Amino acid sequence: MEFEPVIGLEVHLHLKTKTKAFCGCSTEFGGQPNSQVCPVCLGFPGTLPVLNKVALEYAIKAGLALNCTVNKFTKFDRKNYFYPDLPKDYQISQYDFPVSSNGFLEIDIDGKIKRIGITRAHLEEDAGKLIHKDSVSLVDFNRTGIALLEIVSMPEINSPQEAYEYLTGLKSILKYLGVSDCDMEKGSLRCDANVSIRPKGTIPLGVKAELKNMNSFKAVRDALEYEIERQAKCLEAGEKIIQETRLWDEKQGCSVVMRTKEGAQDYRYFPEPDLTTFIIDSGLIDEIRKSIPELPREKYQRFIKEYGLSIYDAKLLVLIREDADFAESCMQTYANNDKKLIVNWLNGALLSEANARNCQLCQLGIKAQDLVELVNFVERQEISNLSAKTVLTQMIETKKGPAEIIKEKNLSQISDTGALDGFIEEAIKENEKSVADYKAGKENALMFLVGQVMKKSKGKANPKTAQELIKRRLENA
Amino acid sequence: MAIDKKTVEYVAHLARIELQDKELEKLSSQLHDILGFIDKLSELDTKDVLPTSHILPINNVLRNDQPGQSLTPAKALENAPSSEGNFFTVPKVIE
Amino acid sequence: MELHKLTAHELIPKLETKEISAEDILQALYSRIKSIDSKVNAYVRRQNDSSFRDSPQETGTVPITIKDNICTQGLNTECCSKILGGFKPPYDATVIKKLKAAGLSIFNFKANMDEFAFGSSTENSFFGTTHNPWDLERVPGGSSGGSAACVAADEAIWALGSDTGGSIRQPASFCGVVGLKPTYGRVSRYGLIAFASSLDQIGPITKDVRDNAMLLNIISGYDALDSTSINTAVQDYTKSLTNDVKGLKIGVPKEYFVEGMDKEVEGALQEAINKLKSLGAEVKEVSLPHSKYAVPVYYIIATAEASSNLARFDGVQYGFRAQQTQNLIDMYKKTRGQGFGDEAKRRIILGTFVLSHGYYDAYYLRALKVRTLIKQDFDKVFKDFDCIIAPTAPTPAFKIGEKVSDPLKMYLSDIYTISVNLAGIPAISLPCGFTKAGLPIGMQIMSKPFAEEMIYRVAYTYEQNTDWHKSKPKI
Repeated sequence: MEFEPVIGLEVHLHLKTKTKAFCGCSTEFGGQPNSQVCPVCLGFPGTLPVLNKVALEYAIKAGLALNCTVNKFTKFDRKNYFYPDLPKDYQISQYDFPVSSNGFLEIDIDGKIKRIGITRAHLEEDAGKLIHKDSVSLVDFNRTGIALLEIVSMPEINSPQEAYEYLTGLKSILKYLGVSDCDMEKGSLRCDANVSIRPKGTIPLGVKAELKNMNSFKAVRDALEYEIERQAKCLEAGEKIIQETRLWDEKQGCSVVMRTKEGAQDYRYFPEPDLTTFIIDSGLIDEIRKSIPELPREKYQRFIKEYGLSIYDAKLLVLIREDADFAESCMQTYANNDKKLIVNWLNGALLSEANARNCQLCQLGIKAQDLVELVNFVERQEISNLSAKTVLTQMIETKKGPAEIIKEKNLSQISDTGALDGFIEEAIKENEKSVADYKAGKENALMFLVGQVMKKSKGKANPKTAQELIKRRLENA
Repeated sequence: MAIDKKTVEYVAHLARIELQDKELEKLSSQLHDILGFIDKLSELDTKDVLPTSHILPINNVLRNDQPGQSLTPAKALENAPSSEGNFFTVPKVIE
Repeated sequence: MELHKLTAHELIPKLETKEISAEDILQALYSRIKSIDSKVNAYVRRQNDSSFRDSPQETGTVPITIKDNICTQGLNTECCSKILGGFKPPYDATVIKKLKAAGLSIFNFKANMDEFAFGSSTENSFFGTTHNPWDLERVPGGSSGGSAACVAADEAIWALGSDTGGSIRQPASFCGVVGLKPTYGRVSRYGLIAFASSLDQIGPITKDVRDNAMLLNIISGYDALDSTSINTAVQDYTKSLTNDVKGLKIGVPKEYFVEGMDKEVEGALQEAINKLKSLGAEVKEVSLPHSKYAVPVYYIIATAEASSNLARFDGVQYGFRAQQTQNLIDMYKKTRGQGFGDEAKRRIILGTFVLSHGYYDAYYLRALKVRTLIKQDFDKVFKDFDCIIAPTAPTPAFKIGEKVSDPLKMYLSDIYTISVNLAGIPAISLPCGFTKAGLPIGMQIMSKPFAEEMIYRVAYTYEQNTDWHKSKPKI
């Protein structure tokens, strides 16, 4: 039987505010344990929360960018449960009136656009960190109280790849907005997945498993693949699927049961009496809407339209806002109407340099003007492609302009026939067999001779000119 | 609404309170009486009444995103019944 | 001169003219406490008498006594509960900061109370019950029983209490002193260890109305640390102490005069009403039709909020942790099972139940709706009336032990005070007579939100024309 997976994702992300959601403690990552805490976030008796204005604004901004309705009335509720990383033993969260709801995110899948519904995006506070030792668990509350946005998707994701695309798209948007770092390694983005399967073509949902502990988007995709296969095997063997929470073990490439949902949690939500309610007026919404930059999908469409980019190139370039801005300024500086060559450089040589350095395109420190100048050298055949890559590396390392580097390293292509004559003479003398082969009609032999000339000129010979000259020499001989 | 011993046991577990048998017995009967009294509310028709969760007519109380004073780890841990280095400690959490 | 017997407004001029020093006042209080507090037990964690003053006491102008649920930096604040044993807050409550800024010295011993303010008799204190200075066999009321008793017994000049369902007014009434529950939002709750966040307010307990107004002047006002603190100008309440109620419209709710009310209380109230009439007030009967639902609504909302507010007492960051536990859950359960007293457990479990799955709508949501109706009752009356007068409690102070075994009976002793908290309005209790047996009787004056000056005006006028507040208990 063929099964169709049904996946819903819950994403928690840290909002990039200076201070925590309800107190003035720093949100910086990596401080020594329990150094970014105060009586409020430690839940000391008598203390009270006051909501961070920027956290609310960021939540609204994210909601708008995710095509949600920003609710005119929003309030906070207490979610009650005991856990040592939760100092008050309740979490301030939102239950029935989230900041925003009913949005969607578009992803590209199999060459088509698919809309994934977003149920809600609500604000809450993060919990602390537990470190388990032999007999005790250690508690660090530095993270406690950092503003979190929880974004819940509709169960409309139907493959691990779709989930991957959804997360990539979500991260891209949120980073464009500047509301979150979305760094899974630092825990500023976390993702849980609900997954069930059903026979293809049927409607009722199967029993779901909740997957946790995935530390990268790839891990989410792998965990989903594993889980879908596990559930399919279960059903094919005639077993029942049990509602449970499973932890992904990246090293082992499998998940293990954490708890079954039999004793369902009873969170006893009720309105948070220590905070006021919030009326979000249209003035504020408009103001925030105005501050939203062009988002990746709009930019992607514009790049295709304005610069004639391929889908592949456009998608790659818009992923990170600063890179897209850099790419656009390169494309604008580049005078040629056909942007293919400059884009090839951006998505080719530049991207590999960035990957090798584990940084973004725009962090390579190259000016748009300089990159365009380098490409122009190549176009004018003043330097070879190969040399140009060397120049690029030098540009990154020395922060010098291309002209200076070409001059210093004497990398200009030799197109001057007089200068090449000597190399050609030598090549012909040393390779009599190739000369004979060429004369016998073997075209390949010509390319070999060109190669020899390139070698002798240390790559500086213009291969086209060299080829022309050798041909003329041999034919005239 | 009646409340039986089993419910009280369940609720005490939710509230993480250990009750001795005698306490459980007494509490169940007291809660039964109290809830019986509280049930007086069901005689009111509240269908069209809006709930009051906040008595003050104020909204949108916010603070600026400005850093405040944090405690030193030593001060944060000063009242802790159990700690190790800069950490609070609890009996090992087993999932 | 027996300085401990004086009020703050009597002491301050003497301090200003250097006739006395702040130290003199402290000395007078210490010797008073030393001689009678073993009988009254208004203070907790008193060292034995010889080392009485070992802990250094900062001197300011007039010392003030603080209920044990208001955080004082570095000074034990335990809500009279085992579970908060040894807790020294690393911060001052906002009211404490304000008191210090006004030059008052915070008294080193804190006032006894029902554990976590759960109770109406101060019998639920981990440190033992406080005794009513007027009759040591009787309760001082609660939960601010220690605060009211120490003021009544001249073991304090004035004190702060907290009021969630009557916890300032009812003990003030039982002890024959003046206690005000301010409008919700008037006084910052930051640093008040929460019982029920939507009902709690800190308020002054004093020997007379003038001191009360002076103390409210100091502690009230906007606080950026409390989202529910209101940002409106604070009046100088002493300016409303004019001896004049002519033309004021006063309502008397007919629902409050029902069976269960002590005859002597009813009689005293009637006389007080006549007095106000004779002073020129217009007094009429009014109706607060949903009054009888106040107690059930209260015990749903207050316990629900309490069950959540008290979850944090789990043995991790502060306070008591049970020993010899098997695992984390066992640690939680034993810590809370051993650390909380009976009434705290009862309320936490009740509150947890009314919020639990399947019961929320029937209890909690319904209670929030009836709260709306109770508030509307008051709104309606205050359209036409300046204030409402009612008894503070249905009876005078009852015997220690009389109601402990019947929680429901105990809950009903707050029947006249609870509505005020549910509606968020201000109310004062002040002495309006004595029973034949010599027990104080209290009268309650309520008004609309932020109309404390109206309350003070009526209370002051009544006080100036009666002598009840001048009587002192003999201990």
